[in-house]
Amino acid sequence: MTDTIMEHAAPDLHKGESLVEMEGVGKAYGAIRALEGVNLRVGAGEVTCVLGDNGAGKSTLIKIISGLHAHSEGTLKVDGKERHFGSPRESLEAGIATVYQDLAVVGLMEVWRNFFLGSEIRKGRYPMAPLDIKAMREIADQELQKMGIYVKDINQPIGTLSGGQRQCVAIARAVYFGARVLILDEPTAALGVKQSGVVLKYTAAARDAGLGVVFITHNPHHAYLVGDHFIILKLGRRVLDKKRSEVTLEELTAEMAGGQELAELSHELKR
Amino acid sequence: MSSSVATQPSAPPASAPPARQPRSLVTRVLARPEVGALAAAIVIFLFFYAVAPTFRSLPAASTYLYASSTIGIVAVGVALLMIGGEFDLSSGVAVTTAALTAAMLSFQFSLNVWAGVFISLAVALAVGFINGYLVVRTGIPSFLVTLSTFFILQGLNLGVTKLVTGAVATPNINQLDGFASAKAVFASDIDLGIITLKVTVLWWILFVAVGTWVLLRTRVGNWIFASGGNEASARAVGVPVRKVKIGLFMGVAFLAWFLGMHLLMNFSTVQAGIGVGNEFVYIIAAVVGGALLTGGYGSAVGSALGALIFGMTTQGIVFAGWDPNWFKTFLGVMLLAAVMVNLYIKNYAARRK
Repeated sequence: MTDTIMEHAAPDLHKGESLVEMEGVGKAYGAIRALEGVNLRVGAGEVTCVLGDNGAGKSTLIKIISGLHAHSEGTLKVDGKERHFGSPRESLEAGIATVYQDLAVVGLMEVWRNFFLGSEIRKGRYPMAPLDIKAMREIADQELQKMGIYVKDINQPIGTLSGGQRQCVAIARAVYFGARVLILDEPTAALGVKQSGVVLKYTAAARDAGLGVVFITHNPHHAYLVGDHFIILKLGRRVLDKKRSEVTLEELTAEMAGGQELAELSHELKR
Repeated sequence: MSSSVATQPSAPPASAPPARQPRSLVTRVLARPEVGALAAAIVIFLFFYAVAPTFRSLPAASTYLYASSTIGIVAVGVALLMIGGEFDLSSGVAVTTAALTAAMLSFQFSLNVWAGVFISLAVALAVGFINGYLVVRTGIPSFLVTLSTFFILQGLNLGVTKLVTGAVATPNINQLDGFASAKAVFASDIDLGIITLKVTVLWWILFVAVGTWVLLRTRVGNWIFASGGNEASARAVGVPVRKVKIGLFMGVAFLAWFLGMHLLMNFSTVQAGIGVGNEFVYIIAAVVGGALLTGGYGSAVGSALGALIFGMTTQGIVFAGWDPNWFKTFLGVMLLAAVMVNLYIKNYAARRK
């Protein structure tokens, strides 16, 4: 399964090297501050988990890194160079690939078309050059088999695969096209236990192949299985920022469940 | 792979590879967008073949193929646009706008007809560009943007024609230079020995072939399906969704212009009020041919079958000697049936197997 990741991961990744560094990053939508003073570092071969409740600023954070919205304060460095992404394409070209929870794939398109969407292989370089469909089918088929995803037919619409398989195809695609940083937006949110396990294994495999991974989730159990570094956001601010060695699962769970607020609530509702 | 990353990959999921089995022929055929339209076209052909003896002759075939082609040419563009997730309600009057522009410019300035033809093309493409640009920039649904364009063009067609010519039709342009060659391109009859076809039928087949090729064999086709099927996802992997959509609106505009040129060269004069309502006919042809209203699914061949159904029925009713008023009712039933079949097919295609 990891053959494909090992083969295609960018060869210049050195474990621990900083790929993305954010300092004091914030974003205001008009008068609303969605994110404020966030520091985040993604190293090669490491998983940085970003946890938070709904509205905590997780999506805003992803949108900044993946180029959908530019940040309005602070600095974002990719490979040591300061960047300000104006479009997803710029972010992709910098080696950052984002796999979204619900919009990772186009359901009615064939598996192979999804795999190559946006990076199609063509038989020439002129504007209307035909697609090299045979090559794309073969490559997509091989890559997925190597990862242990068995589809009945590479030509079937990707909507006929299970949710976990679709996520895995999206991850495999990002890695195949040379992503150095992988941003996974709630990859396990809509999945059952078994499917989540499959996705977490690929996440670990991507990490082991030397990629930097940003794992966005609201499930501390999933985060703790793969994470090296944990950041909890609340209302756009950081409330926790710790390495794996400094934090326990209980602490993460308690903080995610509301921490102090939950204690107060339980006091209030005491029967 | 850098040797500094020495960590061993975690164990691969231990699922034994199940035997790979390509989907059956039936499954694959049923998953095609045009299968419903093909069945309907065959049924309708056999029906009129049985009830209307005149329908069986070759000249009759020439007539309904011509009627189909005048719908089908624009319907190809409309189908691609709908696969890309957008609508164009201005395509019907845009045909008239193109014809009027070419006719009046050529006549008023005593230009060669070809000059009018090309200026008209520029105008048509500009209208298509504006439609597309407004949709992608403002995020207003294309239904509303092109509904506005529809009314603007409809008013301009009548207003400007009346202002320039003092009447609601353009003067006859068949005495102008270049008319003969323009007519040969846009409106001639082609004698194929056993059957004489209007040249639009051949153009129609060409446009359907090009549309199909673009959709299934080029990168742009992939982007069209993705833009309509899941816009956010397409954008996230770097598909230039905005450019694709603007291009699709311009494609519809180009085909509307082409049909406009045919009407002008065929009759050498244009009524300013025609074309209203045809936008729905193009959309119906695309939908009957399997295009989903929500985008991401459909085919160019399907739109051609939709147009063929339309052409066979309009002419078949006449050949059968029935009251043509029934046609609209038939159209409504046909559309409803098509939408239901499409929904079923979409669910079938997307079901987990």
